[in-house]
Amino acid sequence: MSRHYGDVRAVDSVDLEVGEGEFFALLGPSGSGKTTSLRLIAGFDQPTSGHIEIFGETAEGVPPYRRNVNTVFQDYALFPHMSVRDNVAYGLMIRGMGRKDRYLAAEDALEMVRLPGYGDRPPSALSGGQRQRVALARAIVNKPRVLLLDEPLGALDLKLREQMQEELKSLQQALDITFIFVTHDQGEALSMADRVAVFNQGRIRQIGSPEDIYQRPRSRFVADFVGSSNVLEPSFVKDLTGTGTWASLRPEAIRIGDEDGHPATVVSRSYTGAMNRIGLEIRGVRLTATVPADVPVPAVGASVTASWDAAALHVMGADA
Amino acid sequence: MTVLAPAILPPGGGVLARLSDLFWRRPSVLLAVLLGPPVLWLGVIYLGSLLALLAQSFFSIDEFSGLIQYEWTLKTYGELLHPANLDIILRTVLMAATVTLAAAVIAFPIAYYAARYARGRWKALFYLGIMLPLWSSYLVKVYAWKLILAKEGILNWIFAKLHMTWLLDAVLGIPVIGGNSLSVSYIGTFLVFLYVWLPFMILPVQAALERVPVSLLEASADQGGGPRQTFRHVTFPLALPGVIAGSIFTFSLTLGDYIIPQIVGSSRLFIGQAVYAHQGTAGNIPLAAAFTVVPIVIMGFYLWGAKRMGAFDAL
Repeated sequence: MSRHYGDVRAVDSVDLEVGEGEFFALLGPSGSGKTTSLRLIAGFDQPTSGHIEIFGETAEGVPPYRRNVNTVFQDYALFPHMSVRDNVAYGLMIRGMGRKDRYLAAEDALEMVRLPGYGDRPPSALSGGQRQRVALARAIVNKPRVLLLDEPLGALDLKLREQMQEELKSLQQALDITFIFVTHDQGEALSMADRVAVFNQGRIRQIGSPEDIYQRPRSRFVADFVGSSNVLEPSFVKDLTGTGTWASLRPEAIRIGDEDGHPATVVSRSYTGAMNRIGLEIRGVRLTATVPADVPVPAVGASVTASWDAAALHVMGADA
Repeated sequence: MTVLAPAILPPGGGVLARLSDLFWRRPSVLLAVLLGPPVLWLGVIYLGSLLALLAQSFFSIDEFSGLIQYEWTLKTYGELLHPANLDIILRTVLMAATVTLAAAVIAFPIAYYAARYARGRWKALFYLGIMLPLWSSYLVKVYAWKLILAKEGILNWIFAKLHMTWLLDAVLGIPVIGGNSLSVSYIGTFLVFLYVWLPFMILPVQAALERVPVSLLEASADQGGGPRQTFRHVTFPLALPGVIAGSIFTFSLTLGDYIIPQIVGSSRLFIGQAVYAHQGTAGNIPLAAAFTVVPIVIMGFYLWGAKRMGAFDAL
């Protein structure tokens, strides 16, 4: 499917198939077309060309309110003039369910997102994390067949984000429905998804399992974007292996201090908690290595040796 | 050796520089300076004269001498209850309510379009279209309408050309609101009121709709809400404060106006005209004052009712 805005190809010939019950992540930098793809599935936007099927049924020309798909919005989009309970029960009210039944269902959904008893409050009285859970409850209360999540954790702080990642994952397993998850955070995509599609400039650059994407990036862009790999230019790779192709090298694959390594100079170091990031220069090429924090770190300017297993050097295509 | 800049800069010279230092240290002084003059103006000159006027309503007029008796009494308010005066009040309130309702119905789609779809040049055109009529003289507009609505006017001519004069005649034949021609009927008065006050309804509704995030409408659709349900449960409740704000304008402006019904309409009086007549030619300031209290009380009830309906909850 494609979606163009004038000359801008927001989504350009994207071909994607998501399996039932799968936790699927759309990963990419902002403006890469991942959110637009999600909006095409939800029905907020119409494809310029191409075809969308949801469980075998054609979705083009079907308005969002006739799609059994629910969305958790990036800004949560809770109705400010309704209580939390009415927010969660909104979809059920629209379908004509009686007040008592829908309030019971809403309370169940609130319990599922661990906010029991919050029904009477207005959304404005909740914290960001709580609003996020209400938005989630409002989406799952309808028992949709597909749940779309548009950067749902983007506005939360790190601690809460990690907690919600785990909860989302277990929720998905408990409900056994398809999750399609948009994020620009590669850590989030890798830790939660069964499969990941990496987007750039409106196109899918790679689809695969998190391991595939991380360890076997097919292009420079994917290597660079997923996990800040060292991207090595063909001339440098030719020096190392004899063949001039692009290659990627994970920072954690680099060992420092082996005797038969390449001579290198330490040019920077920074402490990130669990790891030390060390900037190295080998024959004029800058590389980043990460070593566990308990390993002693050479001072800036020190001459060291750097080495890695031949298998860690992953050869890939040249496209952006 | 490099010369380091001082960590604290010396105070600027002059009165203004010292004044801004003072304002920074004591924000309440700045507030007092800014608010003082308008509060004095509102409090003394505006509210003061209004209260003086209201006090007049508790005096009465001696029917024989025509002199005002400066004794506290509710006699003047009793006069308001005379059938002729009650007629005036009822007529004005009904007109104000109809104008407000019609203005809300007409303004909503216009405001919705402007808030949701109009961008760039179209938005500028929208504002120009709404504001332009406000720049020309009110009297010119009202007289223009009198010509449009007159028996020899363009509206009659159009109806005649379309062979629809029968329709116009049927409308004018309706008792009470009809008349000899549109320009001397309540329908005419209504149309002119509607035209003149419409911008005051469109702008607040547009401002309220502007503040409704698109994602809320998408969320409603996502939850299965069709256009009508989304309007009923999301768009309208969130735009209601704007509609109420607009209705306060249209309602109170219609309640108080005395020029439009004088130029276009039947010769029966509205509240504004009654006030004008009593304080001017009749010299009955107490009754004029009592009449001005009526819109104030009605607006008070109106705002109270709107608040109880939750119109201001979403503010």
